[in-house]
Amino acid sequence: MKKIATAALALVLALGLLTACGANSTAPSSSAAAQESSSTPASEPASETEALSGVVNTSGSTSMESVVLALSEAFKELYPDVTVNYSGTGSGAGIEAAQTGTSDIGLSSRELTEEETAAGAVSNVVAKDGVAVIVNPANGVEDLTVEQIADIFSGKITNWSELGGEDMEIAVYGREAGSGTRGAFEEIVGVVDACQLTNEYSSTGDLVGNVAGNENAIGYASLSAVDDTVKAVKVGGVACTEDTIKDGSYAIQRPFVMVTMEGVALSDAAQAFLDFAMSPDAASIIAAAGAVSANG
Amino acid sequence: MQPQARGKRAFRDGIENAMRLIFTVCGFIAIAFVLLISVYLILSGLPAIKEVGLFDFLLGARWDSTNKTDPAYGILPFILTSIWGTCGAIVIGVPVGILTAVFLARVAPPRLAAVVRPAVDLLAGIPSVVYGLVGMMVLVPSIKDLFDLKAGDSLLAAILVLAVMILPSIVSVSETALKAVPKEYAEGSLALGATSLETDFKVILPAARSGVAASVVLGVGRAIGEAMAILMVAGNAANMPGLFKSVKFLTTAIASEMSYASVGSLQRNALYSIGLVLFVFIMLINILLNKVLKKNKE
Repeated sequence: MKKIATAALALVLALGLLTACGANSTAPSSSAAAQESSSTPASEPASETEALSGVVNTSGSTSMESVVLALSEAFKELYPDVTVNYSGTGSGAGIEAAQTGTSDIGLSSRELTEEETAAGAVSNVVAKDGVAVIVNPANGVEDLTVEQIADIFSGKITNWSELGGEDMEIAVYGREAGSGTRGAFEEIVGVVDACQLTNEYSSTGDLVGNVAGNENAIGYASLSAVDDTVKAVKVGGVACTEDTIKDGSYAIQRPFVMVTMEGVALSDAAQAFLDFAMSPDAASIIAAAGAVSANG
Repeated sequence: MQPQARGKRAFRDGIENAMRLIFTVCGFIAIAFVLLISVYLILSGLPAIKEVGLFDFLLGARWDSTNKTDPAYGILPFILTSIWGTCGAIVIGVPVGILTAVFLARVAPPRLAAVVRPAVDLLAGIPSVVYGLVGMMVLVPSIKDLFDLKAGDSLLAAILVLAVMILPSIVSVSETALKAVPKEYAEGSLALGATSLETDFKVILPAARSGVAASVVLGVGRAIGEAMAILMVAGNAANMPGLFKSVKFLTTAIASEMSYASVGSLQRNALYSIGLVLFVFIMLINILLNKVLKKNKE
């Protein structure tokens, strides 16, 4: 009898677990609804184009993934019937996709070349991505040139004394292979495939924490991840701030471009998505995804 | 009265059979998962090995998976690092572990043993990320200062963390083996005039050697499979192993690159292949463990 009672109790507990899960699963949808209602007033055209539907295909830069996904999620709140697809194929392939029309919008994390613009590609800069070069606060070095940074990361400069600092070996910290920040940094500084890293870290927080704990260290991170525990050095005399990234004076940055074709009309849905991405409303979404909005 | 009792029995038998069925199903679930994982690992691990070539993959000294012009997928540095790291952990962890086991089983007064034993057991319950965190905050900076290095993340730090992590399994399995040695052995030895130290090390320990060996193999298994803790202290550059160099293990190579490797790329497939290599290592260790345990029974 006692065993049956135990079994019954177990059953009740199991059921309780199930209902608890059920309660949890309803929570996100209600918060999503709340988000929707809060973002609707900010975008006025929502009411007149409520009936928009269709598919927007975007493809290109893998670095823009988080920005595009965040934008498409927010866009979905406004136009539930529009599906925004993203595929990460690389900037070159993204520009080509826009030119050939296989994608509505191409994504490029570099500026368009003259040939590309001559061929009719139009650059819509959505956001800018800045990479801060960080050192330990105890490090006396304040200012580095892009060349010096390249030399440090490719192993040509190995001691801080060569840069006007104390006589300490440089511990070069970087991100793991495949990281978007690493890709951006290596591309802009010009050390692609040439980095001699002392240590590799698999998250931004890990890297920042380790630079904060080692006075010999140098590393890089998105500006949004830099806090008081580390010091962002000036690059060519320019401090890394949102303003210097926006006005283009900070060197280690790249644009996030949505590429369209001149003379080729976008579908209503694609045009609405592009307008949304370029609008000041999208600034906070872009900032949350780790980049600096170009239009906010 | 009679029919009621019969009904009760039928009910009981019903429960009995149902439970037997549930147990059987549970038993098969474990087998199913082992099979599933083995088949999956082999299927997803082979393509990259085929593409890179078995020798270039296992014996290649350069790993540069995201190099755009000249990618390389040699995992020799990871294999050697895993072997060196495990050996190092064994060299430090086994003597300490066995001596702790001897202490607990033979030397310690019961009251002291009652304090030490739960402490060792607790060591087994600490999550590996906590080991990593303590290693990162305490061990890595101390190694850096002590040896005047530019960075403390190194094979040495990983070895020290692993040595502590394998202690609990070595201690508890060895202690059980030592305690299973018949009392008469110790009594006979002492009666012949041996000191208690001689008895412990020349009679009891040899008599329990297969159990102790099993504990060591268990420790090896734990050390070679650990990822999280050493990910945080080893530095993770794909260097050939060196005590003060930043190194990458088989496990951490998978853990650190998997999140960014795009689906279907050679990089991702190569990570699966590393998983397969690791799987083979663990299998070999398990076979060894089974052999040792079988010997133990004989």
